[in-house]
Amino acid sequence: MQDAVTTIAVDRRLDRSQAGERLRLIARNIFPFVVAGTIWEIVAWAGVFPHRLFPTLEEVAASFVHLTITGILPRHALETLIRLLTGFALAGIVGVTIGILMGRSRRAEDILLPLVSIGAPIPGLAYAPLFLLWFGLGNISSVLLVGFVSAFPIIFNSWTGVKAVKEIWVRSAQAMGADDRHLFRHVILPGALPYILTGMRLGLAQAWRILVAVEMLAAVPWGLGWLIFGARKFLNTDVMLAGIVVIAVIGLALEKLVFQKIENYTVVRWGMISS
Amino acid sequence: MTEAKQRQRSLLRGAVALLAAAAIYDAMARSGYFAPALLPTLPTVAHTLFANLSDGTMIGHAAFTLYRVTFGFALAVAAGLPLGILMARFKYVESFFLPLVSALMPIPSFALVPLFMLWFGIGNLTTILIVFYAAAFPMVFNTWSGVRSVNPLWLRAAGAMGADEHKLFWKVIIPGASPFIITGMRQAFLRSWIAVVGAEMIAASDWGLGWVIFDAKEFLNTDVMLASLIVIGLIGFVFERFIFGSLERMTVLRWGMMRAATG
Repeated sequence: MQDAVTTIAVDRRLDRSQAGERLRLIARNIFPFVVAGTIWEIVAWAGVFPHRLFPTLEEVAASFVHLTITGILPRHALETLIRLLTGFALAGIVGVTIGILMGRSRRAEDILLPLVSIGAPIPGLAYAPLFLLWFGLGNISSVLLVGFVSAFPIIFNSWTGVKAVKEIWVRSAQAMGADDRHLFRHVILPGALPYILTGMRLGLAQAWRILVAVEMLAAVPWGLGWLIFGARKFLNTDVMLAGIVVIAVIGLALEKLVFQKIENYTVVRWGMISS
Repeated sequence: MTEAKQRQRSLLRGAVALLAAAAIYDAMARSGYFAPALLPTLPTVAHTLFANLSDGTMIGHAAFTLYRVTFGFALAVAAGLPLGILMARFKYVESFFLPLVSALMPIPSFALVPLFMLWFGIGNLTTILIVFYAAAFPMVFNTWSGVRSVNPLWLRAAGAMGADEHKLFWKVIIPGASPFIITGMRQAFLRSWIAVVGAEMIAASDWGLGWVIFDAKEFLNTDVMLASLIVIGLIGFVFERFIFGSLERMTVLRWGMMRAATG
């Protein structure tokens, strides 16, 4: 009996060794979450904290499902994403332009670098009240602030990227008769792109972090940050946790799906960096 | 054109650009198009900054913020450094903590502020924990990759020369990983500095530079806001340039692990 069981098990393992490998990998990745979840459940059931403040995971899941079905959570997420993308697009356009200008022209570098260096070390959120006063509560302030904050890493990286383009590439392109436009489109832009993409990545991560906080401060009617902050007043800890989960998932998706794809299509394909 | 001359011209242009920006701002402030409460002139800001510094309120706020940021940052280093080292040295620690760390990392620290406010109240504890949360992840990740990237050749060479585990750790692994660890500290501090300002705004206590800015908004004290912004920027700059810069000079540059950037 014992033998038969082992043999079957071995046979199966041989048959599906690859599937088993994958399964084991998944199991190994899930295990820590099971442990953490169990600890959470124990703490929640033991009543170390008041129940309202420390809901069980089922309650969080239930309110997540409820909020998703009623369309409240998707709407909050959508508005937050629109704000993020508008602000980030603004930052991308302005940041890349300024960065490339600074990398290409000594004059622009001399003039802009001190201004940019003064603005950069101040944490973005510190500007938030100022923006709220100047542009009022709501969308305009939050979009502008997100754009403003995420522009700095984009500027710095584009600038470095353009400066890091190898002199020899520029000179050989010129020797082969490339005019300024060709040089820019076919040498400088692709050469600087790994840096620009890194800058955008950093900028987007920063924008995402700031946006959540700004939504709390700017009193926008919809938005994930506001959802969390508003839920606090009614002690809806389950809603807060559901919101935090969505924020984490979106943050991860932006990083993994969007930027890695862009990188694979551009710089990795051109052989600028290895994947 | 010689290098020195070029440099002089760069400095001159930079100074002119700054002066021009200041002049434009001041002209806008004085033009009367905008309410003076929203756009104070630069002398007003300088005056407020000076007054708040000399009567000690700004210093008090800065002291509170610094206390919170250093406390949270120190906690993050104390927890993140050993965890990162353990993760890099032991496979099972890595396979347990890596998924957890990767899942928690994308949560912006500010998203946790309301939750922490419920759990820990408003004030120092919440702010410190938010700083800790913000700073711990860069610390863990950089230490982890630093220890893993220690050249295996060095390990084997040290082993062949008879170094025991203890020696190997202190004389090879830690110095070898230190450029990453210091980068991690730098990033962690940058994040803590952002987190502390945000946490102070949202979890309003009664002291701290973030709180001053947010509180000044209610009373339209734009000059106070700008003055605090200047202080925040200066402190961040000083930390980044002098403290971490000198830390780097004392360790990795001296050990020849990294070369100072020229120019």
